[in-house]
Amino acid sequence: MEYINLFVQSIFIENMIFAYFLGMCSYLAVSKTMKTAVGLGAAVIFVLSITVPINFLLDQYLLRPGALSWLGAEYATIDLSFLSFIMFIAVIAAMVQLVEMIVEKFAPALYGALGIFLPLIAVNCAILGGALFMQQKAFTGIGYALTYGFGSGIGWFLAIIGIAAIREKITYSNVPAPLKGLGITFIITGLMALGFMSFMGIKI
Amino acid sequence: MAKETLKKPELTVQEIKDQKEAKKNAMVLFLSDTDEKESFLSKRNRKLLTDPLDDNNPITVQVLGICSALAITVQLEPAVVMAIAVTAVMAFSNMIVSMLRDMIPSRIRIIVQLVVVASLVALVDQVLRAYAYDVSKQLSVFIGLIITNCIVMGRLEAFALGNGIYRSFLDGVGNAAGYGLILIVVAFFRELLGSGKLFGYEVLGHKGATLAESSGLYAFGYENNGLMLLSPMALIVVGLLIWWQRSRNRKLIEA
Repeated sequence: MEYINLFVQSIFIENMIFAYFLGMCSYLAVSKTMKTAVGLGAAVIFVLSITVPINFLLDQYLLRPGALSWLGAEYATIDLSFLSFIMFIAVIAAMVQLVEMIVEKFAPALYGALGIFLPLIAVNCAILGGALFMQQKAFTGIGYALTYGFGSGIGWFLAIIGIAAIREKITYSNVPAPLKGLGITFIITGLMALGFMSFMGIKI
Repeated sequence: MAKETLKKPELTVQEIKDQKEAKKNAMVLFLSDTDEKESFLSKRNRKLLTDPLDDNNPITVQVLGICSALAITVQLEPAVVMAIAVTAVMAFSNMIVSMLRDMIPSRIRIIVQLVVVASLVALVDQVLRAYAYDVSKQLSVFIGLIITNCIVMGRLEAFALGNGIYRSFLDGVGNAAGYGLILIVVAFFRELLGSGKLFGYEVLGHKGATLAESSGLYAFGYENNGLMLLSPMALIVVGLLIWWQRSRNRKLIEA
Protein backbone atom coordinates (compact mmCIF):
# COMPACT_ATOMS: atom_id res chain seq x y z
CA MET A 1 0.00 0.00 0.00
CA GLU A 2 2.78 2.39 0.85
CA TYR A 3 4.31 1.64 -2.52
CA ILE A 4 1.10 2.61 -4.33
CA ASN A 5 0.85 5.76 -2.26
CA LEU A 6 4.43 6.73 -3.07
CA PHE A 7 3.88 5.88 -6.73
CA VAL A 8 0.80 8.09 -7.09
CA GLN A 9 2.44 10.82 -5.07
CA SER A 10 5.53 10.89 -7.26
CA ILE A 11 3.50 10.95 -10.48
CA PHE A 12 0.88 13.55 -9.67
CA ILE A 13 1.48 15.47 -6.47
CA GLU A 14 5.25 15.87 -6.63
CA ASN A 15 5.38 15.94 -10.40
CA MET A 16 8.94 16.71 -11.49
CA ILE A 17 7.85 19.40 -13.94
CA PHE A 18 4.78 20.98 -12.42
CA ALA A 19 5.85 21.02 -8.78
CA TYR A 20 9.65 21.36 -9.00
CA PHE A 21 10.33 22.56 -12.57
CA LEU A 22 12.97 19.88 -13.03
CA GLY A 23 14.02 19.01 -16.56
CA MET A 24 12.41 22.17 -17.93
CA CYS A 25 15.11 22.81 -20.52
CA SER A 26 14.62 19.62 -22.45
CA TYR A 27 10.89 19.79 -21.71
CA LEU A 28 10.65 23.11 -23.55
CA ALA A 29 13.14 22.28 -26.28
CA VAL A 30 11.86 18.85 -27.28
CA SER A 31 8.10 19.28 -26.91
CA LYS A 32 7.51 20.75 -30.36
CA THR A 33 6.32 17.47 -31.84
CA MET A 34 4.65 14.47 -30.29
CA LYS A 35 7.09 11.93 -31.69
CA THR A 36 10.24 13.33 -30.13
CA ALA A 37 8.41 14.01 -26.88
CA VAL A 38 7.40 10.37 -26.55
CA GLY A 39 10.98 9.26 -27.28
CA LEU A 40 12.54 11.53 -24.69
CA GLY A 41 9.85 10.75 -22.12
CA ALA A 42 10.46 7.02 -22.50
CA ALA A 43 14.20 7.52 -22.15
CA VAL A 44 13.68 9.54 -18.95
CA ILE A 45 11.49 6.82 -17.39
CA PHE A 46 14.13 4.26 -18.30
CA VAL A 47 17.11 6.18 -16.90
CA LEU A 48 15.33 7.37 -13.75
CA SER A 49 14.24 3.87 -12.78
CA ILE A 50 17.86 2.69 -13.12
CA THR A 51 19.78 5.55 -11.57
CA VAL A 52 17.62 6.28 -8.51
CA PRO A 53 17.99 2.76 -7.01
CA ILE A 54 21.72 2.69 -7.81
CA ASN A 55 22.25 6.06 -6.18
CA PHE A 56 20.16 4.84 -3.26
CA LEU A 57 22.57 1.95 -2.70
CA LEU A 58 25.51 4.30 -3.07
CA ASP A 59 24.04 6.67 -0.51
CA GLN A 60 23.12 3.86 1.87
CA TYR A 61 26.44 2.03 1.87
CA LEU A 62 29.02 4.68 1.06
CA LEU A 63 28.03 8.29 1.53
CA ARG A 64 25.70 9.03 4.43
CA PRO A 65 27.07 9.50 7.96
CA GLY A 66 27.78 6.08 9.41
CA ALA A 67 27.19 4.34 6.09
CA LEU A 68 30.62 2.76 6.12
CA SER A 69 29.96 0.85 9.34
CA TRP A 70 29.71 -2.42 7.35
CA LEU A 71 33.48 -2.15 6.92
CA GLY A 72 34.06 -2.24 10.65
CA ALA A 73 33.26 -0.29 13.78
CA GLU A 74 36.13 2.18 13.30
CA TYR A 75 34.61 3.44 10.04
CA ALA A 76 31.24 4.26 11.58
CA THR A 77 32.07 7.91 12.23
CA ILE A 78 33.04 8.74 8.65
CA ASP A 79 30.70 11.12 6.82
CA LEU A 80 31.26 11.30 3.08
CA SER A 81 28.01 13.07 2.24
CA PHE A 82 29.87 16.10 0.87
CA LEU A 83 30.90 13.84 -2.02
CA SER A 84 27.33 13.04 -2.96
CA PHE A 85 27.02 15.55 -5.82
CA ILE A 86 30.10 14.24 -7.58
CA MET A 87 29.23 10.59 -6.97
CA PHE A 88 25.64 10.98 -8.13
CA ILE A 89 26.50 12.82 -11.29
CA ALA A 90 29.30 10.37 -12.09
CA VAL A 91 26.90 7.44 -11.66
CA ILE A 92 24.33 9.16 -13.85
CA ALA A 93 26.82 9.98 -16.60
CA ALA A 94 28.21 6.46 -16.52
CA MET A 95 24.77 4.84 -16.50
CA VAL A 96 23.59 6.96 -19.39
CA GLN A 97 26.68 5.98 -21.37
CA LEU A 98 26.07 2.32 -20.52
CA VAL A 99 22.39 2.44 -21.37
CA GLU A 100 23.27 4.12 -24.65
CA MET A 101 25.71 1.35 -25.57
CA ILE A 102 23.30 -1.42 -24.57
CA VAL A 103 20.42 0.09 -26.49
CA GLU A 104 22.64 0.63 -29.53
CA LYS A 105 23.74 -3.01 -29.46
CA PHE A 106 20.47 -4.77 -28.73
CA ALA A 107 17.74 -2.44 -29.95
CA PRO A 108 19.06 -0.40 -32.87
CA ALA A 109 15.55 0.68 -33.83
CA LEU A 110 14.96 2.22 -30.41
CA TYR A 111 18.44 3.75 -30.53
CA GLY A 112 17.62 5.40 -33.82
CA ALA A 113 14.37 6.71 -32.41
CA LEU A 114 15.93 8.14 -29.24
CA GLY A 115 18.83 9.62 -31.20
CA ILE A 116 20.60 12.44 -29.42
CA PHE A 117 18.19 12.43 -26.49
CA LEU A 118 19.97 9.65 -24.67
CA PRO A 119 23.27 11.49 -24.13
CA LEU A 120 21.32 14.67 -23.35
CA ILE A 121 19.64 12.95 -20.44
CA ALA A 122 22.89 13.01 -18.46
CA VAL A 123 22.38 16.75 -18.02
CA ASN A 124 18.63 16.60 -17.48
CA CYS A 125 17.90 18.10 -14.07
CA ALA A 126 15.09 15.63 -13.49
CA ILE A 127 17.57 12.76 -13.21
CA LEU A 128 19.88 14.41 -10.71
CA GLY A 129 16.85 15.89 -8.98
CA GLY A 130 15.42 12.40 -8.56
CA ALA A 131 18.62 11.28 -6.87
CA LEU A 132 18.79 14.32 -4.59
CA PHE A 133 15.14 14.09 -3.55
CA MET A 134 15.67 10.39 -2.90
CA GLN A 135 18.51 11.32 -0.54
CA GLN A 136 16.38 13.96 1.17
CA LYS A 137 13.39 11.66 1.65
CA ALA A 138 15.55 9.04 3.43
CA PHE A 139 13.79 5.95 2.07
CA THR A 140 14.17 2.80 4.13
CA GLY A 141 14.40 0.24 1.34
CA ILE A 142 15.47 -0.06 -2.27
CA GLY A 143 11.89 -0.90 -3.25
CA TYR A 144 10.81 2.62 -2.30
CA ALA A 145 13.66 4.13 -4.29
CA LEU A 146 12.72 2.10 -7.35
CA THR A 147 9.04 3.05 -7.01
CA TYR A 148 9.95 6.70 -6.61
CA GLY A 149 12.27 6.71 -9.63
CA PHE A 150 9.76 4.93 -11.85
CA GLY A 151 6.87 7.13 -10.70
CA SER A 152 8.81 10.36 -11.23
CA GLY A 153 9.74 9.19 -14.71
CA ILE A 154 6.10 8.53 -15.55
CA GLY A 155 5.12 11.93 -14.20
CA TRP A 156 7.71 13.57 -16.45
CA PHE A 157 6.53 11.50 -19.41
CA LEU A 158 2.90 12.55 -18.88
CA ALA A 159 3.89 16.19 -18.61
CA ILE A 160 5.91 16.24 -21.81
CA ILE A 161 3.37 14.40 -23.95
CA GLY A 162 0.66 16.70 -22.58
CA ILE A 163 2.48 19.86 -23.58
CA ALA A 164 3.57 18.40 -26.93
CA ALA A 165 -0.04 17.64 -27.81
CA ILE A 166 -1.12 21.16 -26.91
CA ARG A 167 1.76 22.75 -28.82
CA GLU A 168 0.96 20.76 -31.94
CA LYS A 169 -2.58 22.12 -31.82
CA ILE A 170 -1.70 25.66 -30.87
CA THR A 171 0.26 26.27 -34.07
CA TYR A 172 -3.13 26.72 -35.71
CA SER A 173 -4.27 29.36 -33.23
CA ASN A 174 -3.83 33.09 -33.43
CA VAL A 175 -1.41 33.85 -30.61
CA PRO A 176 -0.11 37.45 -30.20
CA ALA A 177 3.23 37.67 -32.03
CA PRO A 178 5.48 38.47 -29.04
CA LEU A 179 3.93 35.60 -27.10
CA LYS A 180 4.39 33.03 -29.84
CA GLY A 181 6.57 30.01 -29.16
CA LEU A 182 8.28 30.26 -25.81
CA GLY A 183 5.96 32.71 -24.04
CA ILE A 184 2.72 30.86 -24.64
CA THR A 185 4.41 27.56 -23.76
CA PHE A 186 5.37 28.95 -20.37
CA ILE A 187 1.85 30.17 -19.71
CA ILE A 188 0.29 26.88 -20.79
CA THR A 189 2.68 24.99 -18.56
CA GLY A 190 1.66 27.25 -15.69
CA LEU A 191 -2.00 26.52 -16.33
CA MET A 192 -1.31 22.78 -16.55
CA ALA A 193 0.57 23.00 -13.26
CA LEU A 194 -2.45 24.72 -11.70
CA GLY A 195 -4.53 21.78 -12.90
CA PHE A 196 -2.08 19.30 -11.41
CA MET A 197 -2.33 21.10 -8.07
CA SER A 198 -5.81 19.69 -7.69
CA PHE A 199 -4.19 16.33 -6.95
CA MET A 200 -2.69 17.81 -3.81
CA GLY A 201 -3.74 16.22 -0.57
CA ILE A 202 -4.78 12.90 -2.09
CA LYS A 203 -3.98 10.07 0.30
CA ILE A 204 -4.38 6.48 -0.73
CA MET B 1 69.66 0.95 -44.27
CA ALA B 2 68.77 3.69 -46.67
CA LYS B 3 65.23 3.56 -45.48
CA GLU B 4 66.22 4.10 -41.87
CA THR B 5 68.29 7.15 -42.67
CA LEU B 6 65.36 8.49 -44.58
CA LYS B 7 63.06 7.86 -41.71
CA LYS B 8 65.09 9.66 -39.15
CA PRO B 9 64.83 13.25 -40.34
CA GLU B 10 61.13 12.72 -40.85
CA LEU B 11 60.80 11.86 -37.20
CA THR B 12 62.71 14.90 -36.11
CA VAL B 13 60.49 17.09 -38.23
CA GLN B 14 57.53 15.54 -36.52
CA GLU B 15 59.18 16.15 -33.17
CA ILE B 16 59.84 19.77 -33.96
CA LYS B 17 56.24 20.12 -35.01
CA ASP B 18 55.12 18.56 -31.75
CA GLN B 19 57.32 20.88 -29.77
CA LYS B 20 56.00 23.89 -31.63
CA GLU B 21 52.48 22.71 -31.04
CA ALA B 22 53.12 22.21 -27.35
CA LYS B 23 54.69 25.65 -27.09
CA LYS B 24 51.73 27.20 -28.84
CA ASN B 25 49.34 25.40 -26.55
CA ALA B 26 51.27 26.59 -23.53
CA MET B 27 51.10 30.15 -24.85
CA VAL B 28 47.39 29.87 -25.44
CA LEU B 29 46.99 28.55 -21.93
CA PHE B 30 48.44 31.61 -20.33
CA LEU B 31 47.87 34.35 -22.86
CA SER B 32 44.62 33.51 -24.49
CA ASP B 33 44.65 34.15 -28.24
CA THR B 34 42.73 37.39 -28.32
CA ASP B 35 43.52 39.12 -25.08
CA GLU B 36 47.05 40.17 -25.92
CA LYS B 37 46.37 43.48 -27.58
CA GLU B 38 42.93 44.18 -26.23
CA SER B 39 42.19 46.32 -23.25
CA PHE B 40 40.49 44.54 -20.38
CA LEU B 41 37.08 46.03 -21.02
CA SER B 42 37.20 46.67 -24.76
CA LYS B 43 33.94 46.96 -26.66
CA ARG B 44 33.99 43.30 -27.61
CA ASN B 45 34.57 42.17 -24.03
CA ARG B 46 31.93 44.49 -22.68
CA LYS B 47 29.46 42.99 -25.12
CA LEU B 48 30.05 39.60 -23.50
CA LEU B 49 28.82 41.08 -20.26
CA THR B 50 25.85 43.09 -21.50
CA ASP B 51 24.50 40.88 -24.27
CA PRO B 52 23.07 38.19 -21.98
CA LEU B 53 21.13 40.80 -20.02
CA ASP B 54 18.66 41.42 -22.83
CA ASP B 55 19.25 40.34 -26.45
CA ASN B 56 20.70 36.98 -25.56
CA ASN B 57 19.23 36.37 -22.14
CA PRO B 58 19.86 32.78 -21.03
CA ILE B 59 16.35 32.24 -19.71
CA THR B 60 14.04 34.14 -22.01
CA VAL B 61 15.98 33.80 -25.28
CA GLN B 62 18.38 30.86 -25.05
CA VAL B 63 15.87 28.88 -22.92
CA LEU B 64 18.59 27.50 -20.66
CA GLY B 65 18.64 27.04 -16.93
CA ILE B 66 14.95 27.20 -16.19
CA CYS B 67 15.14 23.95 -14.28
CA SER B 68 16.35 25.19 -10.94
CA ALA B 69 15.43 28.81 -11.50
CA LEU B 70 11.75 28.98 -10.80
CA ALA B 71 11.22 26.94 -7.68
CA ILE B 72 13.29 29.29 -5.57
CA THR B 73 11.64 32.55 -6.58
CA VAL B 74 8.98 32.69 -3.89
CA GLN B 75 11.11 35.12 -1.91
CA LEU B 76 13.85 37.53 -2.86
CA GLU B 77 16.51 36.33 -0.45
CA PRO B 78 16.97 32.77 -1.74
CA ALA B 79 16.76 34.12 -5.30
CA VAL B 80 19.64 36.52 -4.64
CA VAL B 81 21.70 33.80 -2.95
CA MET B 82 21.01 31.47 -5.86
CA ALA B 83 22.06 34.14 -8.36
CA ILE B 84 25.34 34.65 -6.50
CA ALA B 85 25.99 30.91 -6.28
CA VAL B 86 25.35 30.46 -9.99
CA THR B 87 27.63 33.41 -10.81
CA ALA B 88 30.47 31.89 -8.84
CA VAL B 89 30.01 28.45 -10.36
CA MET B 90 29.64 29.71 -13.92
CA ALA B 91 32.54 32.14 -13.86
CA PHE B 92 34.99 29.62 -12.46
CA SER B 93 33.77 26.58 -14.37
CA ASN B 94 34.00 28.57 -17.61
CA MET B 95 37.52 29.62 -16.65
CA ILE B 96 38.69 26.14 -15.69
CA VAL B 97 37.22 24.45 -18.74
CA SER B 98 38.75 27.15 -20.93
CA MET B 99 42.15 26.38 -19.39
CA LEU B 100 41.66 22.66 -20.03
CA ARG B 101 40.10 23.01 -23.46
CA ASP B 102 43.12 21.81 -25.44
CA MET B 103 43.64 18.79 -23.23
CA ILE B 104 40.11 17.39 -23.06
CA PRO B 105 39.46 14.61 -25.59
CA SER B 106 36.15 15.50 -27.18
CA ARG B 107 34.58 12.08 -26.55
CA ILE B 108 34.69 12.39 -22.78
CA ARG B 109 34.30 16.15 -22.50
CA ILE B 110 30.83 15.99 -20.95
CA ILE B 111 32.08 13.91 -18.05
CA VAL B 112 35.08 16.19 -17.55
CA GLN B 113 32.81 19.23 -17.54
CA LEU B 114 30.42 17.59 -15.12
CA VAL B 115 33.24 16.78 -12.73
CA VAL B 116 34.57 20.34 -12.84
CA VAL B 117 31.11 21.80 -12.24
CA ALA B 118 30.22 19.25 -9.56
CA SER B 119 33.37 20.02 -7.57
CA LEU B 120 32.65 23.76 -7.73
CA VAL B 121 29.04 23.22 -6.67
CA ALA B 122 30.10 21.02 -3.76
CA LEU B 123 32.39 23.87 -2.69
CA VAL B 124 29.60 26.46 -2.92
CA ASP B 125 27.27 24.12 -1.01
CA GLN B 126 29.75 23.72 1.83
CA VAL B 127 30.33 27.49 2.04
CA LEU B 128 26.58 28.16 2.15
CA ARG B 129 26.09 25.57 4.88
CA ALA B 130 28.81 27.20 6.92
CA TYR B 131 27.79 30.85 6.53
CA ALA B 132 24.12 30.93 5.48
CA TYR B 133 22.57 27.80 6.91
CA ASP B 134 18.93 28.96 6.83
CA VAL B 135 19.05 29.92 3.16
CA SER B 136 20.91 26.73 2.35
CA LYS B 137 18.10 24.73 3.98
CA GLN B 138 15.54 26.72 2.01
CA LEU B 139 17.29 26.09 -1.28
CA SER B 140 17.56 22.37 -0.40
CA VAL B 141 18.30 20.30 -3.49
CA PHE B 142 18.39 23.26 -5.83
CA ILE B 143 22.00 24.13 -5.02
CA GLY B 144 22.97 20.61 -6.09
CA LEU B 145 20.94 21.05 -9.23
CA ILE B 146 23.22 23.85 -10.42
CA ILE B 147 25.37 20.96 -11.68
CA THR B 148 22.81 20.00 -14.26
CA ASN B 149 21.63 23.54 -14.80
CA CYS B 150 21.62 23.64 -18.57
CA ILE B 151 22.95 27.19 -18.56
CA VAL B 152 26.28 26.09 -17.08
CA MET B 153 26.73 23.17 -19.46
CA GLY B 154 25.38 25.19 -22.36
CA ARG B 155 27.90 28.00 -21.95
CA LEU B 156 30.75 25.54 -21.40
CA GLU B 157 29.88 23.80 -24.66
CA ALA B 158 29.09 26.90 -26.65
CA PHE B 159 31.74 29.28 -25.38
CA ALA B 160 34.42 28.08 -22.99
CA LEU B 161 35.57 25.22 -25.24
CA GLY B 162 36.49 27.67 -27.97
CA ASN B 163 37.62 30.85 -26.26
CA GLY B 164 40.36 32.24 -24.07
CA ILE B 165 40.34 32.28 -20.29
CA TYR B 166 39.52 35.91 -19.68
CA ARG B 167 36.76 36.03 -22.28
CA SER B 168 35.25 32.81 -20.93
CA PHE B 169 35.27 34.29 -17.45
CA LEU B 170 33.42 37.37 -18.70
CA ASP B 171 30.94 35.22 -20.59
CA GLY B 172 30.26 33.23 -17.43
CA VAL B 173 29.69 36.36 -15.36
CA GLY B 174 27.50 37.94 -18.05
CA ASN B 175 25.26 34.93 -18.50
CA ALA B 176 24.94 34.37 -14.79
CA ALA B 177 23.95 38.03 -14.45
CA GLY B 178 21.27 37.64 -17.12
CA TYR B 179 20.00 34.57 -15.30
CA GLY B 180 20.10 36.31 -11.92
CA LEU B 181 18.26 39.32 -13.35
CA ILE B 182 15.25 37.23 -14.38
CA LEU B 183 15.36 35.35 -11.09
CA ILE B 184 15.30 38.57 -9.07
CA VAL B 185 12.58 40.22 -11.16
CA VAL B 186 10.33 37.15 -10.81
CA ALA B 187 11.05 36.85 -7.09
CA PHE B 188 10.35 40.58 -6.63
CA PHE B 189 6.83 40.30 -8.06
CA ARG B 190 6.06 37.01 -6.35
CA GLU B 191 7.15 38.16 -2.91
CA LEU B 192 5.58 41.60 -3.23
CA LEU B 193 2.20 40.42 -4.51
CA GLY B 194 2.17 37.09 -2.70
CA SER B 195 3.16 38.07 0.80
CA GLY B 196 3.46 41.87 0.66
CA LYS B 197 7.12 41.75 1.67
CA LEU B 198 10.53 42.40 0.15
CA PHE B 199 13.51 40.57 1.66
CA GLY B 200 11.14 39.74 4.55
CA TYR B 201 10.29 43.40 5.32
CA GLU B 202 6.63 44.34 5.25
CA VAL B 203 6.74 47.08 2.62
CA LEU B 204 2.97 47.28 2.10
CA GLY B 205 2.18 47.69 5.77
CA HIS B 206 1.34 45.30 8.51
CA LYS B 207 -1.56 42.87 8.29
CA GLY B 208 -3.30 42.45 11.63
CA ALA B 209 -6.10 40.12 12.64
CA THR B 210 -8.75 42.79 12.02
CA LEU B 211 -8.93 45.82 9.74
CA ALA B 212 -8.38 48.17 12.70
CA GLU B 213 -5.15 46.45 13.71
CA SER B 214 -3.72 46.59 10.21
CA SER B 215 -1.66 49.41 8.79
CA GLY B 216 -0.63 50.63 5.35
CA LEU B 217 -2.50 49.19 2.39
CA TYR B 218 -4.03 46.48 4.53
CA ALA B 219 -5.97 49.08 6.48
CA PHE B 220 -7.95 49.71 3.28
CA GLY B 221 -8.85 46.06 2.97
CA TYR B 222 -6.00 44.98 0.64
CA GLU B 223 -5.36 41.24 0.58
CA ASN B 224 -2.30 39.28 -0.45
CA ASN B 225 -2.65 37.18 -3.56
CA GLY B 226 -1.87 33.71 -2.24
CA LEU B 227 -1.81 32.32 -5.76
CA MET B 228 1.50 34.09 -6.38
CA LEU B 229 3.15 31.84 -3.82
CA LEU B 230 2.21 28.67 -5.69
CA SER B 231 4.66 27.23 -8.17
CA PRO B 232 2.51 27.60 -11.34
CA MET B 233 2.63 31.38 -11.01
CA ALA B 234 6.40 31.36 -11.48
CA LEU B 235 5.87 29.97 -14.97
CA ILE B 236 3.14 32.45 -15.77
CA VAL B 237 5.20 35.41 -14.53
CA VAL B 238 8.11 34.31 -16.74
CA GLY B 239 5.69 33.92 -19.64
CA LEU B 240 4.47 37.48 -19.13
CA LEU B 241 8.07 38.73 -18.84
CA ILE B 242 8.85 37.11 -22.17
CA TRP B 243 5.79 38.74 -23.65
CA TRP B 244 6.89 42.17 -22.40
CA GLN B 245 10.49 41.69 -23.50
CA ARG B 246 9.55 40.55 -27.01
CA SER B 247 6.99 43.26 -27.60
CA ARG B 248 9.72 45.78 -26.76
CA ASN B 249 12.50 44.00 -28.64
CA ARG B 250 10.70 42.80 -31.73
CA LYS B 251 13.62 41.05 -33.41
CA LEU B 252 13.32 38.27 -30.81
CA ILE B 253 9.86 37.25 -31.97
CA GLU B 254 9.65 33.65 -33.17
CA ALA B 255 8.27 33.14 -36.65
